[in-house]
Amino acid sequence: MFHRFANPTRFLRFAAVVQPWIAGLTVLLISAGLYFGLFDSPADYQQGATVRIMYVHVPSAWMALFCYTSLAIACGVALIWKHPLADLAAKATAPIGAGFTFLALVTGSLWGKPMWGAWWVWDARLTSMLVLLFLYLGYMALNNAFDDPARGAKSSSILALVGFVNVPIIKFSVNWWNTLHQPASVVKMGGPSIHASMLTPLLLMGVGFTTYYLWVMLIRIRYEVTNNKIRALQRRQAATGESQI
Amino acid sequence: MRGFIQIVRRDLHLALRQGMDSLMVVAFFVIAVVLFPFGVGPEPNTLARIAPGVIWVAALLSSMLSLERLFQTDFEDGSLELLALQPVALEITVMAKVSVHWLTTGLPLIIAAPLLAVLMNLPIEGFVPLIIALSLGTPALSLIGAIGAALILGSRRGGILLSLLVLPLYIPVLIFGVSAVDAVIGGFSAKPQLLILSGILVAALPLCPWAGAAAVRQGIE
Repeated sequence: MFHRFANPTRFLRFAAVVQPWIAGLTVLLISAGLYFGLFDSPADYQQGATVRIMYVHVPSAWMALFCYTSLAIACGVALIWKHPLADLAAKATAPIGAGFTFLALVTGSLWGKPMWGAWWVWDARLTSMLVLLFLYLGYMALNNAFDDPARGAKSSSILALVGFVNVPIIKFSVNWWNTLHQPASVVKMGGPSIHASMLTPLLLMGVGFTTYYLWVMLIRIRYEVTNNKIRALQRRQAATGESQI
Repeated sequence: MRGFIQIVRRDLHLALRQGMDSLMVVAFFVIAVVLFPFGVGPEPNTLARIAPGVIWVAALLSSMLSLERLFQTDFEDGSLELLALQPVALEITVMAKVSVHWLTTGLPLIIAAPLLAVLMNLPIEGFVPLIIALSLGTPALSLIGAIGAALILGSRRGGILLSLLVLPLYIPVLIFGVSAVDAVIGGFSAKPQLLILSGILVAALPLCPWAGAAAVRQGIE
């Protein structure tokens, strides 16, 4: 299964079949999640309708971590087995993960303003999400910093793995730092433990975001494969001295 | 071990012949800290409150500034390839280079830190934990930074990229380094923070040369 898709042509054929199904599933899940979230779930008794931000915020935060884990696994596979698709998957994952992290931070900020009275607090969770965003940006910057794409892929893979080892340490140290400085005011959301009517849209959105990630990743991998083909053709043409593309 | 000592000696020779590099790092450290009283005002209590953080952040930045040259000069004149070809594990070579980086930047920073602590009006009981925390923290900074310095070999716009790669990884060292000093000033023991800093150093000691050597291999391939 794993080595079957080392052949890009075979993978492209597989992706072309799977992609419309994943796309349909994504549309279905997210629209169902949005319907339940916006119309068919109760407003919180303390927070009112602002609680509905949760249905975007929490899945984005899940996806931010999920994408980084996938990124690290793909990078490990690329470094150890030199699987050609793993490099492309890692490269495709990074911007999506960064987007989810950014979305989680922005929606969190929008939620924080009415609830905590501030756009931003230096809470442990917020801070570690911000650091995660920097790790994504560093990965993407390093990946693009070389004239030779293969070299960029290898170097950034090492960085992603180093970052993966560091994420738990950063998370732990940020927790320590926060509790040391403001022990009494660790911000906690009020309200009841989550009820089924709220959990349903949340889970729908969570799965919907995951399929969305797979969908966009497939598109980006296909784009990268095509791009590599074009580059190889151009190189061959340059070598033989022909002028038209 | 002989290979290690020889590389250390070679790099120390190079650093001392050029001379100015180490001095520049310390100068940057001092100037960066001196800017803060101009920025936040000369009130002694405010300065004392922010002193540990300011000194640590300045130490972090000045340690990072000199990282770019850790492998870059050897990479450009080709001697890094020769160092990789010699019958010494590349990890040892990286470790030797990290040691020299610490000797030429970390150590001068530690020596300059008490002077800056006086300028920043740090309470007298904070001096000892500041020195201990810097002695444990700066080697960890050099070790972590070596990975970043190796990763950017041969890239475009290396220096600015290096800061984006390395600074997020420096956060744990910064947090525990500052809180060790803060704890003592607040009347607590700094032991847990210093133990965690030692833990970070002990974990970085084998892992960072390993990852750094892997990155150097990609660079000279």
